[in-house]
Amino acid sequence: MTAVITVENLSKRYLLGHRAAQANHSPDASLRDAIMRTARNATRKTGDLMKGREVVHGDTIEEFWALRDINFEVKEGEVLGLIGRNGAGKSTLLKVLSRITEPTKGRVTLRGRVASLLEVGTGFHPELSGRENIFLNGAILGMSRVDIRKKFDEIVAFSEVEKFLDTPVKRYSSGMYVRLAFAVAAHMEPEILIVDEVLAVGDAAFQAKCMGKMSSVASENRTVLFVSHNMGAIKTLTTRSLLLQSGTITADADSETVIEKYLLTTLDARAKALKAKDLEGFRRGRHYDNPPASIVEINIASTNDDPDTLPEVELGSDFTVEICLDVESPILAGDLCVVLMNSQGERVTSLVASDKVQGLSLRPGENVVKLSVKDLFLAPGRYFADVSLDPMIDGKSCDAIFDYPLLTVVNHGQVTHALNRPWGSVYSKDARWSVTQKIEDIAATGT
Amino acid sequence: MADVVIIENGRHERNYWGDIWRYRELFYVLAWRDVAVRYKQTVIGASWALIRPFLTMVVFTMVFSRIAKLPSDAAVPYPLMVFVGTLAWTFFSTGLTDAANSMIGNSNLISKIYFPRLIVPIAAVVVAFADFLIAFGLLLGMMIWYRFLPSWHALFFPFFVVAGIAATVGPSLWITALNVKYRDFRIIVPFIVQLGLYVSPVGFSSNIVPEKWRLLYSLNPVVGVIDGCRWSLLGSDIYLPGMAVSFAVIVLSMWLGVRQFRATEKSFADLI
Repeated sequence: MTAVITVENLSKRYLLGHRAAQANHSPDASLRDAIMRTARNATRKTGDLMKGREVVHGDTIEEFWALRDINFEVKEGEVLGLIGRNGAGKSTLLKVLSRITEPTKGRVTLRGRVASLLEVGTGFHPELSGRENIFLNGAILGMSRVDIRKKFDEIVAFSEVEKFLDTPVKRYSSGMYVRLAFAVAAHMEPEILIVDEVLAVGDAAFQAKCMGKMSSVASENRTVLFVSHNMGAIKTLTTRSLLLQSGTITADADSETVIEKYLLTTLDARAKALKAKDLEGFRRGRHYDNPPASIVEINIASTNDDPDTLPEVELGSDFTVEICLDVESPILAGDLCVVLMNSQGERVTSLVASDKVQGLSLRPGENVVKLSVKDLFLAPGRYFADVSLDPMIDGKSCDAIFDYPLLTVVNHGQVTHALNRPWGSVYSKDARWSVTQKIEDIAATGT
Repeated sequence: MADVVIIENGRHERNYWGDIWRYRELFYVLAWRDVAVRYKQTVIGASWALIRPFLTMVVFTMVFSRIAKLPSDAAVPYPLMVFVGTLAWTFFSTGLTDAANSMIGNSNLISKIYFPRLIVPIAAVVVAFADFLIAFGLLLGMMIWYRFLPSWHALFFPFFVVAGIAATVGPSLWITALNVKYRDFRIIVPFIVQLGLYVSPVGFSSNIVPEKWRLLYSLNPVVGVIDGCRWSLLGSDIYLPGMAVSFAVIVLSMWLGVRQFRATEKSFADLI
């Protein structure tokens, strides 16, 4: 099979400008210094502008390599997963592959038409009707008018918005909007499809539909490059994955191995986040505008606070998750959802506040939400959590933390377990065994 | 497999114009979208394209003809002369303003999808041109009202329309490219448009400009376009050296605009 995507020694550099830190804050920084610096910068910027070079603000310029010496190949019909923490360079790589930005060095060879679903609904115009937007969005995604006309009915049927085709999309519900957008994107027929986090949208039924569409795309011998924070989706859809860490590929293997490695790298990030009291590195790439509240710390109650080791929970004992929220404006009914995953990225369970209470009332300031897990016994191993906070009635999405290392379940010899038997994810504390003998049979043979 | 795409630093430059041709369909669609959206949710819709130049004409005729008592070109009704100027100026100013903001308005497209960036500001100029065509209909109506028949010079009118488009596109590209990074131009553009209205011969004839200043005055490319339109449609006098200067400026600004745009467009997605 031929390689459809070949990436050789790819690097991308950005220039960052910095202001001289001490000069701005020290009390004896003289006006003359400031004027000198401004003049020097202005001269440099004007020079750069005249020569058509990139102009960077600041006193000193730092090079930042978002990608460094990336090499990989993707074969025809392969679905490749791309995993990495925020800021690892996933988005930059996708941007280079979809030609939005040019690489600084290296070369990419693409055999076939590329379509990227960097975000569904790109280019939708709120004032135009659903029908008009299908044509507009199709053209933006690189379909010709003839193609769109041919597939129009299929797109409409897939999106389930027939009744509202002539309504401006600004009057659509967000679900309808996303369905229509995904329908257009799913019906173009590129040889190479780049998908980034689309599955995060829509209701469960629609997500299942999207998953189905993606695997059918792959089965038609088209190549898919799939980026997601959802390890479950990576695992079901892809066979091979790449792990990106600060701009370089640190693992290129079957998805299970790569997912495991990725989840291990989050341990370092957790230590950093705890020291800095900032979970930024665990937020999804997408940022919310002025969220009314954000998650600032996640921990297990009554364990040692050493940031370098994961909190330990004894096998078969209860534990309490503490989630600190920094609330800006009051939320009458908030909903917290904690999804637990094992170290292979498989979902173990999801604990949703609104299943148990009417909604969490959050007042401005720091709020600590405690979640006591009473009757869930996890098997020994590391566990990770996705934690999301949303208001239950309208209001904006607040915050979502992904792949946060939560705890290790340890077995200090309380339970002996056959060494060659894998544990799985849950442990039954109260499992009882008994033997019932069929007495009649024994009696029959005895006499 | 059909097309092999190679991505390398600087490669984009080589297939520049071919790429624009390949994306022509997207260009039509973007232009169509901008035209379709322009007067959505307005009560009188496309009539705005008539009302703005018409009211400008009425006010300018009052101010310059009645109050300032400026002379018209030979045998041309003053309102007609002003309207031709307004037509050209409205096209230039809307084109420039819309193009300058077009990149920012389409930032979600620029940062997510590849296509030749040039088609965005050009599509914005096309929308301004649609307004121009509507208002041109009103000009024909006014000519009938004043029983004014243009001479054979009218055959040259399309040529001056093309010159007007070039005079708009050149500075537009230059400003669009700079506006992506320096939002200062969001403030500068309305200012240029406001001052330009008085600097350009919209409400008066450029024949009243003293002879020794006329070459200098013609450095404004819009002067050449307006004078040319008046000459071809209304039979006003033409000042050839000035016309030559204006056209040289148009060609130069076009070259500068395209050059500036191409030099910076690669980084649009990173900057916007």
